[in-house]
Amino acid sequence: MLRILRELKRQGILAINKRNADYTLKYNPRRLYPLVDDKLRTKQLALENGIGVPPLYGVIEVEGQVRQIPEIVRDYQDFVIKPAHGSGGEGILVISGRTNGKFRRAAGTIIGREELNHHVFNTLGGLYSLGGQPDKAIIEYRVRFDPTFEHISYLGVPDIRIIVFLGVPVMSMVRLPTRMSDGKANLHQGAVGAGIDMATGRTVSAVLENDNIEEHPDTGNPVIGVSIPNWVPLLELAARCHDMTGLGYQGVDIVLDKDKGPLVLELNARPGLNIQIANRSGLLNRLDTVERYRTSLGSLSDRVAFALENF
Amino acid sequence: MNRVQLYLLAGALTLAGMGLFLYKACLVGFPMSHKTESTTWKVEARLKFVATGKPVKASLLLPEQVKGFVVFHETFISSGYGIVTTTEKENRQATWSIRKATGRQTLYYQATIELAGNSRPAAESLPPKTGGTVLEGTSLQAAKSLMKEVKKRSADKAGMVAELITQLNRKDPHDNVKLLLGPKPTRKKRVTVAVRILNHMGVPARVAGGIRLRGTVQDFSKKTALIHWLEVHNGKGWVSFDPVTGKSPVPDHWFRWYIGDGSPASVEGGDNLRTVFSVRPMVEKALSAALNRAEVSHPFLLRFSLFSLPVSTQAVYRVILLVPLGAFLLVLLRNVVGIKTFGTFMPVLIALSFRETGLLRGIFIFVLLVALGLVVRFWLERLKLLLVPRLAAVLIVVVGLMAMLSVMTKSLGGNTGISVALFPMVILTMTIERMSIVVEERGFGEALTSGLGSILCASLAYLVMNVKDIEHLVFVFPELLLVLLAATLLLGRYTGYRLMDIYRFKALAGG
Repeated sequence: MLRILRELKRQGILAINKRNADYTLKYNPRRLYPLVDDKLRTKQLALENGIGVPPLYGVIEVEGQVRQIPEIVRDYQDFVIKPAHGSGGEGILVISGRTNGKFRRAAGTIIGREELNHHVFNTLGGLYSLGGQPDKAIIEYRVRFDPTFEHISYLGVPDIRIIVFLGVPVMSMVRLPTRMSDGKANLHQGAVGAGIDMATGRTVSAVLENDNIEEHPDTGNPVIGVSIPNWVPLLELAARCHDMTGLGYQGVDIVLDKDKGPLVLELNARPGLNIQIANRSGLLNRLDTVERYRTSLGSLSDRVAFALENF
Repeated sequence: MNRVQLYLLAGALTLAGMGLFLYKACLVGFPMSHKTESTTWKVEARLKFVATGKPVKASLLLPEQVKGFVVFHETFISSGYGIVTTTEKENRQATWSIRKATGRQTLYYQATIELAGNSRPAAESLPPKTGGTVLEGTSLQAAKSLMKEVKKRSADKAGMVAELITQLNRKDPHDNVKLLLGPKPTRKKRVTVAVRILNHMGVPARVAGGIRLRGTVQDFSKKTALIHWLEVHNGKGWVSFDPVTGKSPVPDHWFRWYIGDGSPASVEGGDNLRTVFSVRPMVEKALSAALNRAEVSHPFLLRFSLFSLPVSTQAVYRVILLVPLGAFLLVLLRNVVGIKTFGTFMPVLIALSFRETGLLRGIFIFVLLVALGLVVRFWLERLKLLLVPRLAAVLIVVVGLMAMLSVMTKSLGGNTGISVALFPMVILTMTIERMSIVVEERGFGEALTSGLGSILCASLAYLVMNVKDIEHLVFVFPELLLVLLAATLLLGRYTGYRLMDIYRFKALAGG
């Protein structure tokens, strides 16, 4: 056991106590949290800053507005309903199509109007929100993901998580939904996490839960050696999110849309630590490097160049 | 900077908490364990006499705070008498007086005495000037030759006193001794003679009168005789000597009541005065003894302690003060070990209710209630209720289930029925709700992990909080909470790995 502890320390694995005490508490001022905890505000902020986000169809704020849902989604075959204050991908309902006035979920199941409304009611009641306070439900564009990931994801939308520290992208991974994760892109729910080499934008390692893998468990296609298209602009996009929110330590979740290009799905002020497992590498060394050179890292291009060069 | 502040704060808190704790534990003598018992003695002096119809004035010498003993709860029982206590020379004295009394009279003085190594004795009187001529004529001659003999055989003052006592107690006493002691000498006579000789020699000495604090609880109100011994001033303080064996100091249980060779009691306007001393041991919780003691020595401390509260409130605080302890344990279990629980402090509250039901029965009730609640909750899920009404519905069901459980256990002959009610039902409801969501969102395994984690934490918290000594410690020494706070603050900056991180990142360490 001590050996494992020593080894974790040697590799610079960032664990939850240290992340909270030395990074999120230190670099993320409390007053900035609402910017990222409320996805509606994030969306508005992103639009003001010219950062691409999935277009908003409508917002349900009180129970009475639930009746307006059919009106809101009338023109769209597919859409996503998510809580404004959700976390960990909980409470996201993806409707991929319609049949006979019912809705088809991404996972294939069909739900009726009533079940859809119930989901929204739950969301409004705060079931998925942090701390359980009343919430809003966002109805937005469903991302049609880039063909790059077509063969290595099952059902849901694969996204790219980039940890941005003091404006420098330090580590990233692509999260690939599986049958086990029920189309969700969260590692603890059974999605595949593939670490991305920061210099090249190519996936270099992948894990499913705690096991190393090379192929997607459902499609059987290789998940290592996949090149992320437009890698450098992607890093720039992530780095710009720091300028936008002011959060020192954040996770940026980006999806690659077939038509609209990279879209920021959400920002996270307390990004998870599983990214280290996906990359088979610790965060601490990289974070230390950024802290050491932070004064010399001013412009966006400097920071991205720094990341390309050092990580 | 922050770190320095934190360490300073934690250090200050620890220092304050431990300082007050040690002060109360070591100097005031609050017991560290709830079991510690201490023996106190109820002593009584009874003055009996027959009043002659004239004004009566009866006096009794009273015990003082002597080194090694604490005297408290003094009471004077007498009907119609006025009572004054004064200090006469080396003694405290109580004087009862009444205008007119006839017939048999009984006056009582009662006090509780506790053996204590660290009480503050009253200021010791300085040695009186000696050299008075109490001895005359043949007595003086006898004394002088006796002392010559004694001095020859001893090296220092203590040895001299011991030798003098030996001479006075010899089976075949020297003629000089015979002359001094007279026929059939009593113990008191020997002490008095020794004091006279020593005073004549210029050695400050005095007679101490007292009683032996001895006997068992069964000997109810046992009469005890006054005994006398010798006290000699060695330049620093008074040292006692056993007038028969010459041993110094006298045994611990010899309690000095007064100083002087006279009688401890006297009466004017009455005949046939008899003074009866009795002593009775009382086994008392060390805590109440300490409280009694503190009332005498540190009244201020007690006025601002939890003991000043009504007993029922005290009982509540006994439990409340355990909550911080449970919270601290939870900090350890969550931030250092890394166990997942439902709700941050839910296990502490569950642990508190375990105190009422017992551990195994408590776990059984908890699991049963949560399981039944979950069944109901899953059924409610199908009705598509709004969140708050749904929570309220689960709460109502939980309360109903608890009532049913109580009635059922009662009718089955168990007595757990009543204590079930103390289960925190709101917490239980929230647990059920969150558990059901976790089941749906992340699967049954995850829910079970957190559920088991909660039970584990609750059980550990219960085991710690149920230790009687710990309950005693935090209640008697609430300042220990400051130390707990300091430790919690420090843990708040613990940035090392959690035990569960080992498991979580095991793959990265190649293990």
